[in-house]
Amino acid sequence: MKKNIDQKWVALVGNPNCGKTAIFNLLTGLNQKVSNYPGVTVEKKIGKAQFANGDQFDLLDLPGTYSLTPESMDERIVTEQVLNWTHGENPPSVIVSVVDATNLSRNLYLSTQLTDLGIPVVVALNMMDLVKNNLEIDTKKLAQDLGVKAIIPMSAIERWGQDELLDAIHESIKTGNFVNGKFPISLKNDYVNILQPLKELLLTNFSYDDRFATAQALRLITRNSTIDIYELLLENGFSVDESFMSDLKEIRQKAVDDFEEMGVKHRILEATLRYEWLDGVLSDAKLIVDTNLSEESFSEKVDKVLTHSWSGPFIFILILYFIFQSIFTWVSVPMDWIDSGVGWIGLQVLHIMPPGMLRDLIVEGIIAGVGAILVFLPQILMLMFFMTVLEDSGYMARVAFMMDRFMTKIGLHGRSVLPLMSGYACAIPGIMSTRTIDSWKERLITILVLPLMSCSARLPVYTLMIGAFIPATSLLGFINLQGLTLVVMYFLGTATAFILAKIFSIFIKTKGKSSFVMELPPYRTPLWRSVFRIVFNRGRVFIVHAGKIIMSISIILWFLASFPSNDEASFNNNSIQQSYAGKIGHAIEPIIEPLGFDWKLGIGLITSFAAREVLVSTMATIYNVESDGDGVVELKDAMRNDINPETGKPLYTPLVALSLIVFFVYAAQCMATFAIVRNETNSWKWPLLMIVYMNTLAYGASLLVYQGGKILGFG
Amino acid sequence: MTLYDLEDGKIATIQSFSGEMELQSRLVEMGIMPGIQIRRIKTAPMNGPIEIKVRDYYVSLRQEDAHNIIISE
Repeated sequence: MKKNIDQKWVALVGNPNCGKTAIFNLLTGLNQKVSNYPGVTVEKKIGKAQFANGDQFDLLDLPGTYSLTPESMDERIVTEQVLNWTHGENPPSVIVSVVDATNLSRNLYLSTQLTDLGIPVVVALNMMDLVKNNLEIDTKKLAQDLGVKAIIPMSAIERWGQDELLDAIHESIKTGNFVNGKFPISLKNDYVNILQPLKELLLTNFSYDDRFATAQALRLITRNSTIDIYELLLENGFSVDESFMSDLKEIRQKAVDDFEEMGVKHRILEATLRYEWLDGVLSDAKLIVDTNLSEESFSEKVDKVLTHSWSGPFIFILILYFIFQSIFTWVSVPMDWIDSGVGWIGLQVLHIMPPGMLRDLIVEGIIAGVGAILVFLPQILMLMFFMTVLEDSGYMARVAFMMDRFMTKIGLHGRSVLPLMSGYACAIPGIMSTRTIDSWKERLITILVLPLMSCSARLPVYTLMIGAFIPATSLLGFINLQGLTLVVMYFLGTATAFILAKIFSIFIKTKGKSSFVMELPPYRTPLWRSVFRIVFNRGRVFIVHAGKIIMSISIILWFLASFPSNDEASFNNNSIQQSYAGKIGHAIEPIIEPLGFDWKLGIGLITSFAAREVLVSTMATIYNVESDGDGVVELKDAMRNDINPETGKPLYTPLVALSLIVFFVYAAQCMATFAIVRNETNSWKWPLLMIVYMNTLAYGASLLVYQGGKILGFG
Repeated sequence: MTLYDLEDGKIATIQSFSGEMELQSRLVEMGIMPGIQIRRIKTAPMNGPIEIKVRDYYVSLRQEDAHNIIISE
């Protein structure tokens, strides 16, 4: 943990979807993704925040959790962190417990668990903007009853209350925790007696106070998984009595049996006691505004249509179709602007610079290569925009709800839907977000098939080939054939992902049952500043990527394509065939010829293993080197007009285009994805499996398309 | 009766959880526990999970788990 001078740092803890990340952004000014989907913060994140007097402190944002007992991977991160704090590893000065004010009791449940830790707790009562019937809270009194330092009403979305929150944190750091060693919930004498041996074991081995020991004893009785946490602690080198683990298990079992004998359900013991106490405190404070169950919220009314048994799925499909059609049609105007802008810049450089190698490098290598990729920026931004709005509005949780049944049938989980759909943007965040899936098997299968979802890096390849070789005719008057082809390609990847998921689910065996307990958050207007930040950031990453990888590959490629040359002063049409790049391309031509690809596409395929979209810049560089160099060549036209010197017919046909697209639908090319999979699965076995199965699929499917198409006479 | 049998739109009180249901620990942590009232909202398309309203929020759970939640109307 990075510390600043006085080593003050603060942790944000709260339920999923309570607005933690929004508060984190508000306090640190960082651009974390804020979302209306439970479980978006899947990793801890650190930022710097500032008190009114200018003092800085570190702020840690943790994944959302309902309690301090772990269920899924992301919740485990919180539990382990908290456990480290209570066992001496640089605990935070203050914990900010973020509470959704529209949902008091469930959110405060976690706050009450946090107060047992002996670390000062400040409650950030967020989402006050959504609280109706003028809920009046005597925050001072409630804070006292709950044993927290302060309760601060605020709204991160409307951006108020953060100054008061900062002051409360500052104040708590100064005063420290008020010592209140008593467990706030009064336990029956029988319970105290049963818990006593377990408490004593903990007190002898750890430097707990009485209150925390009671809380941990209760939690050990309630949840099996708490034992695992202690095992982990020992693995991490915490020294205790040699017999601690066996004693713990034995004493716990005895206590569990005692409770069962009394007719007390041990599995729900802690939660029952805590809620009874908490509901009492809240009702004393007149905060149980008697929950009117029959009242239909706005979201419930909207859901009558959006999650209706037949209109729900229909609308979902309509939304998806709308997104993919619009990616192809609406953004063609800004794409044309960028395209002509790049051409214009190339021409200017031609005029300004004297002829020679440097000019050729800049025009044919850099401008042609990077320009060919930049054209796709509007499409990628558009896709990101739609995905973010769907998630931020709360609609994605409904999609998970609607798809759970179908997803379970094919071996996945309702919560697989969001990761899979994020895969349309990029596989990497998609794979990270699988952590919210609580069953390992379903999580693993989701990861294994996720790269088959066509990511935005494939979009440039699809668009180039479709734009160049698929006619823009319209079917039935309103379906654009190019858009339809694009939708079909996305569908192909998605359908294959589903089929493979089913196959994997037969072969991968693990124990453990999965469940689908998922909150359906209220719909809300997306937070536009957050949406645009995410879209902007994605665009920036794309441009930086184009700047670094694509530019360097374009430069290297330009050299490989330009040398050795018979006459270095002028590059003629034949020289590229003799160049290094030409030789490499020709070398692999026999392997890819059955797929309909020539040596130029061969070079593109090799470079695309750095990043899929590099295929486009590679082709642009090759054609620009090949041409005589009067400005930047339009790649689409160049590919369309390329003639096979042996047959005299066009080199690339719609069938070749289709074969190439299908290859890109399946091929495992992005190495960053497999590095993430290695991290998430803790083994090279799974990423290797993915590389093998995806590339086999790519070759096979491409072969089928090209050879099948030729037999049918489309060659 | 169980939550599975409850009609859409009807309100009921949770009585207990049946058997060794793993999920009950998670449900009670979310405040879904004996003595608490719930309203069943709907069943997801394709006979999918059930949506209920409890304590001011909406939550879904699978039908097989609804079988293990014993209620009284």
